[in-house]
Amino acid sequence: MKTKTNKKPIEKRSIKKKIIKPDVVNKYDGGSWAYSPKVRKHFFSPKNLLWENPKDADYDTDGVVGSPACGDVMRIWLNINPKKDTITDFKWRTFGCASAIAATSMLSVMVTEKKGMKIDKALAITPQDIIARLNGLPDRKIHCSVLGDKALRVAINNWFKKTGQLSRIVNEGERVVDPNTKVTEADIEEAVLEGARTLVAVQRRTKVGIGNPECLLRVEELIRFYREKYYGPDTE
Amino acid sequence: MKKRRVYLDNASTTPLDPRVLRAMEPYFLKDFANPSTLYEFGRIAQKAVRRSLEKIASVLNCLPEEFIFTGSATESDNLAIIGAAHEHKKEGNRIVISSLEHKGMLTACFALEKEGFEIIKLPVGKDGLVDPEEVRKNINDKTIIVSVTMADSETGTLQPISAIASIVKSFRENNGNKKLPYIHTDASQAAAYANIDVEKLGVDLMTLSAHKMRGPKGIGGLYVRRGVKLSPVIYGGGQQGGLRSGTENVPAIVGFGEAMRRNEIYKKKNSDHVKRLRDTLEKGIFKSIDKIVLNGHPIKRLPNFLNISVLDIEGESMLLELDEHGIMVNTGSACNSESLEPSYVLTALHNSYEFVHGSIRFTLGADTKSSDITHVLKLFPKIVERLRKISPLSLSINDKKTVSDPRAFVGGRTPHFLRKKSSP
Repeated sequence: MKTKTNKKPIEKRSIKKKIIKPDVVNKYDGGSWAYSPKVRKHFFSPKNLLWENPKDADYDTDGVVGSPACGDVMRIWLNINPKKDTITDFKWRTFGCASAIAATSMLSVMVTEKKGMKIDKALAITPQDIIARLNGLPDRKIHCSVLGDKALRVAINNWFKKTGQLSRIVNEGERVVDPNTKVTEADIEEAVLEGARTLVAVQRRTKVGIGNPECLLRVEELIRFYREKYYGPDTE
Repeated sequence: MKKRRVYLDNASTTPLDPRVLRAMEPYFLKDFANPSTLYEFGRIAQKAVRRSLEKIASVLNCLPEEFIFTGSATESDNLAIIGAAHEHKKEGNRIVISSLEHKGMLTACFALEKEGFEIIKLPVGKDGLVDPEEVRKNINDKTIIVSVTMADSETGTLQPISAIASIVKSFRENNGNKKLPYIHTDASQAAAYANIDVEKLGVDLMTLSAHKMRGPKGIGGLYVRRGVKLSPVIYGGGQQGGLRSGTENVPAIVGFGEAMRRNEIYKKKNSDHVKRLRDTLEKGIFKSIDKIVLNGHPIKRLPNFLNISVLDIEGESMLLELDEHGIMVNTGSACNSESLEPSYVLTALHNSYEFVHGSIRFTLGADTKSSDITHVLKLFPKIVERLRKISPLSLSINDKKTVSDPRAFVGGRTPHFLRKKSSP
């Protein structure tokens, strides 16, 4: 009898130990503030980082988004295999916090793994894809990684222009709501889906309209549209 | 080998002095009673509170009755500003504060603004100093209270409190010897190293915090000069003259008094110690890294503060890299804050956002060793070099104005965290 009662709690304890908890938890919403091990790995040993300044001929195309005042700038350089229509090389540099650095690093891995990604597939990468591969980011950090996919699209469009594939250029005018931060309609939709229901909340995630207040009217329209689409009509 | 830990965030909080802990210990188990009671155990607790008050009063050069214990410096700031505003709302509606105030003050003022009070924020010079002349210009006979922090918690710049206080005093004298406006200072950051004699400073109200001077957390205090009238913020059983009801936190009060006493004894020694190490750190960093600027006043600054901005890289990345090497510091970067807004203190010093994002704060303490500084000086330049290689930026330090414009603010407009405030 005695041995039985002694054994049970020990078993319980060993099961409890297996549950890995994040080291810092937000006491208000239970979310983790700390970065996942994968984010840390990509921050401390980033992949495909461009260490030396490139010569013009080294890369087929490049693209840059962001602004130093807002705290995030990303620049990427690509090499493209025109026959297979794949991205063979993806180099980058990022000014920003750890999640911005890790997200660009992760994106470079996603694009170049398995002998390089098809351009059409690369154009469809969303911030959520990158975040999923990083095993998540703290909520308040999500806006940082938003820039990676935009920089990629800018670079690919530059490539289309360079090589005369004008029909393939994604008409950014249609998709992009704010030409400065390159925020698209899809980004607004995603932000609303993630719970940002006001302009301020959406701006916090996407930085849409920074330095470009002309687009805010359109942004507000979109927020209202998606809010009603996903959460039902506004009750006021 | 055990990983080396270097704690350089003493402005956030300091470790508890073991001797302070020992002084507190009896009041948890043995002498546990409520100091408001009359029997023997209660009298013991009452005596302990009284002794602590006397220790603090002797440092502040005030009467024990002029000091109120609160739960934190934030609560003290709230009591000072909201208490004064509510008590004197019939006599005026203007409140004058500096733009470097602690959040406990700023947020309370924001709430008062909604009630109809007029909040005037004094501008700050590039060197981090509030110009006393600005105080003179901004007070009128409707002003209830002036509050200027003794040292802000980002740069540790020491404000000319006694000069500001004498301006307020002469205004009162020329205005028919009225009691208003009061002059308040938040000395929670400064108290560990600066002189906090309330007569020398000439202040009517002063906020203090125990955990910034090796005392326990959860206990703060407010000096209230005799004759200064405040409305309470917390109502209840009428403890502490009715200004702050609630059973006194006896162990913490004992710890506060002991921390204050010990801090006063070692103030000079500790100041010299941290200043020597801070100067070594500062010189070492400026020698080995290019494109950095000092935030705050180069001389009129707390001896344990070093706040710098490193161009082209971002504060949170530096913080994480240093943390990986066991070095704990802080940053004013937006990425490190819940609101994703860069430090309002550093932006008040007319820094462009690129500089604020790259800011990093080292705050030393009495425990900091010379070898800690050597350790940081060995690692920090390497970390900066690595992060600069990751960054695509190459901003110029002499080009501060053009950095922010037009490249930084895309489209030449102010960014979201500024525009948000101007819109209703």
